[in-house]
Amino acid sequence: MQRIGVFVCHCGTNIAATVDVKAVAEALGHEPGVVISREYQYMCSESGQNLVKDAIKEHNLSGVVICSCSPRMHENTFRKAAAAAGLNPYLVEIANIREQCSWIHKDIATATEKAVILGRAAIAKVHLNAPLTAGESPVVKRALVIGGGIAGIQTALDIAEAGFEVDIVEKEPTIGGKMAQIDKTFPTLDCAACILTPKMVECSQNEKIHIHSFSEVTDVKGFVGNFSVTIKKKARYVDETKCTGCGLCTEKCPMKNVPNEFNMGLDNRRAVYIPFAQAVPKVATIDPNYCMMLKTGKCGVCSKVCSVGAIDYKQQDKFIEEKYGAIVVATGFNPIKLDKYEEFAYSQSPDVVTSLELERLMNAAGPNGGTLLRPSDKTHPHTIVFVQCVGSRCDDSKGKPYCSKICCMYTAKHAMLIREKYPDTEVYVFYIDVRTPGKNFDEFYRRAVEQYNVHYVKGMVGKVTPKSDGKLDVQASDLLANEQLHIDADMVVLAAAIEPDKTARPLATMLTTQMDTNDFFTEAHPKLRPVESATAGIFLSGACQGPKDIPETVAQASAAAAKAIGLLCKNSITCNPCVAHSNELMCNGCSSCEKVCPYGAITYQDKEFRMPDRTTAIRRVASVNPAVCQGCGACTVACPSGAMDLNGFSNSQIMAEVDAICK
Amino acid sequence: MNTFTYYPGCTLRTKAKDLDAYARSSAEALGIILEEPSDWQCCGGAYTTATNENATKLSAVRTLNAAKELGRPLVTVCSACHNVIKQTNYDISRDEQMAFKINNYLKLDEPYNGETTVYHYLEMLRDVVGFNNLAQKVVNPFKGKKIAAYYGCLLLRPSKALAMDDPENPTIMEDFIKAIGGTPVIYAQRNECCGGYITMEDKAQAAKRSGAVMNSAEDQGADMVITACPLCLYNLKKNSGSSLPVYYFTELLAEALGLKEANNE
Repeated sequence: MQRIGVFVCHCGTNIAATVDVKAVAEALGHEPGVVISREYQYMCSESGQNLVKDAIKEHNLSGVVICSCSPRMHENTFRKAAAAAGLNPYLVEIANIREQCSWIHKDIATATEKAVILGRAAIAKVHLNAPLTAGESPVVKRALVIGGGIAGIQTALDIAEAGFEVDIVEKEPTIGGKMAQIDKTFPTLDCAACILTPKMVECSQNEKIHIHSFSEVTDVKGFVGNFSVTIKKKARYVDETKCTGCGLCTEKCPMKNVPNEFNMGLDNRRAVYIPFAQAVPKVATIDPNYCMMLKTGKCGVCSKVCSVGAIDYKQQDKFIEEKYGAIVVATGFNPIKLDKYEEFAYSQSPDVVTSLELERLMNAAGPNGGTLLRPSDKTHPHTIVFVQCVGSRCDDSKGKPYCSKICCMYTAKHAMLIREKYPDTEVYVFYIDVRTPGKNFDEFYRRAVEQYNVHYVKGMVGKVTPKSDGKLDVQASDLLANEQLHIDADMVVLAAAIEPDKTARPLATMLTTQMDTNDFFTEAHPKLRPVESATAGIFLSGACQGPKDIPETVAQASAAAAKAIGLLCKNSITCNPCVAHSNELMCNGCSSCEKVCPYGAITYQDKEFRMPDRTTAIRRVASVNPAVCQGCGACTVACPSGAMDLNGFSNSQIMAEVDAICK
Repeated sequence: MNTFTYYPGCTLRTKAKDLDAYARSSAEALGIILEEPSDWQCCGGAYTTATNENATKLSAVRTLNAAKELGRPLVTVCSACHNVIKQTNYDISRDEQMAFKINNYLKLDEPYNGETTVYHYLEMLRDVVGFNNLAQKVVNPFKGKKIAAYYGCLLLRPSKALAMDDPENPTIMEDFIKAIGGTPVIYAQRNECCGGYITMEDKAQAAKRSGAVMNSAEDQGADMVITACPLCLYNLKKNSGSSLPVYYFTELLAEALGLKEANNE
């Protein structure tokens, strides 16, 4: 006979305000097998846990039901408490009477009735619980960082510093990401390249770090501690091991009119190129869309000038497979496309630019060598208008509902730098709100207004009209003065919203991690587990999780590294014992379960069976690798003969719960 | 042949006969019969000074109900009529109080609650005929002509009620221009105000507005401007001081379909 203890939590007023906790404890006390039923204000507190522990010992309990919050919150807490009192932790069941009951109902009578039903279902289930023992699986002492921007670089450096091998997979020919394109950084105005490139060099020189540039992750298998990842090394038509980065090919290539993506298409590069002088690895890449040799078979100039014979027109994409214990996602962001914001005339005038384009226009290594000139006629602009929140904080489907967070600060930076370098230039900034929280951030913005006399105007720009004289008529409203404004501007700079990189979504599918509706990766807990994904062993670094500036990105990158190091330090990790298993006598080898298993945990083997007529037959049956199985339960539903079952969530347990609810 | 109920409105009977005639002949060539109800009244656009808001909507509801009784969608072509009728339809289908009061007053055989589908003529071309099908019927394409579409203020706004196109970055008229073989010109002022009725009181102000529109189109290299609104056409032609020709879109449609001479006789 089972001896079950029921413990009902008030959760302060979280549960007790809408559920009559005493009545629930009283009602559940009469259920079959229940020998003790108690309520307590905070069951998760130390004294609450002691209540459970003491009851287990005193009443020699064989099962425990906790009526409280979601099992995601405190299942582990109570399992540990049970284990400490000598009860197998998997004999504890949680009835969620907070998220699924008290928080969503208003009427006390109905909420109380439902809480009793949920408790009854958990009791019915715990009657059938069996003690389970968690196994262990080894941890591969190597980490994968996906994305080689400042987030990925910082994470990789920190993991390598702790003594573990790290691979960086970067889809572009060089690491460095967006920060490499930026001119100066707020709030200190130090040069981005000066602080980024030493870190890039450190990555290439650290013997623990291996950079796969111009590469993509194409497949992820396995689980925490033991991921198996396929990396596609895209053909760059240059042998990385031979190329010295001398750059001669990039000077001699006759294809001169290829838009230079590093300079946001504001100037041109050759078909064979090194993105920028400090690229890591400093290796040339041939762009097959423009290379005459690859397109028509006629040219071969780069091959002729290369003194080390590094050019290889026959190079193919290469796939490599590697094992990792932890994966850190650092896929970053991109500014949105502005085709839905034609009111700002972005496609109509070259003098309407995005903020990232302005970074390149102002950068000493940019198309104008650092002199700010209008793209249209290369003249010095005298009036510049900045438009904030282009596509951010939008209430329609055109833009993003969120604040892109970095724009207020970089716009203040641009405005200040322009006023510093060209005091004869008038600068206007149109804003909805100026949002500059952060250490030394608001002081920075105030400096732009007070010392540099940047004209900050609260209000939005409604229309930018390119005029025949080359000027841009900027029509806007000044909400504080309640006036309509027309500004004759030479340039307009749009602070485009930022969005996650397009590679993030397919990657999330491969990693079985979650994303929000804006395609930002979802952290395991918004406050308490900000750098872990909900999938064990997958960590989040930088803007792939949400808009972030450089200081925040670096902080999160190091935090993600710390979490990954914590995992890699372990020799083995405890597995989840709630995994599937197949009843071989019932299995008919149909392969239905294998097809639905997202983890590749199911294999088949031919086994000998004694048949009723005393003959032996060889039958093909499924077997589950418990180290790979994640206990999702897909196979138990797919199995037509009912051979597949899940420990801790067996078919009979689920049916018992349903019966109890429907009783 | 598709038959739709057609509401021309007052201006198309007086000042804007071209807009009306070309709309009808082109529709017929495209396989659509536009049938005018036997009695129709003002769209409601002239009642804006009424103190009771429901009163301004009564005549529009009568038109909408007439279309409902005929069991056909309603097509309008004047920007202003379209705006008033479609907004009224939107409001009466959502605002129960308003529907109750209006139906009480009108005492229709059956209460009207927004059942009629309302198309602007351009929407009909896009959604019923299809711009691809239209392009195939074009006999005189506007090859090499740079045509600037002028939307004005009423055609697309308020965008929720009119649900026709993006009010800031519309494409419907540009797609129409492509269908008749022309090259659309994107210019900044294409959805700004032409000055509207202010021309009655302050001609200079209207001139400033319509001048800005025409200059913007000219700066982007337009050969001509097209519009769907009689008042816009008036302001752009008479008040802007620009020599750039302005036409109703239906006029170009008829010409592209080879119907214009027939109509000019």
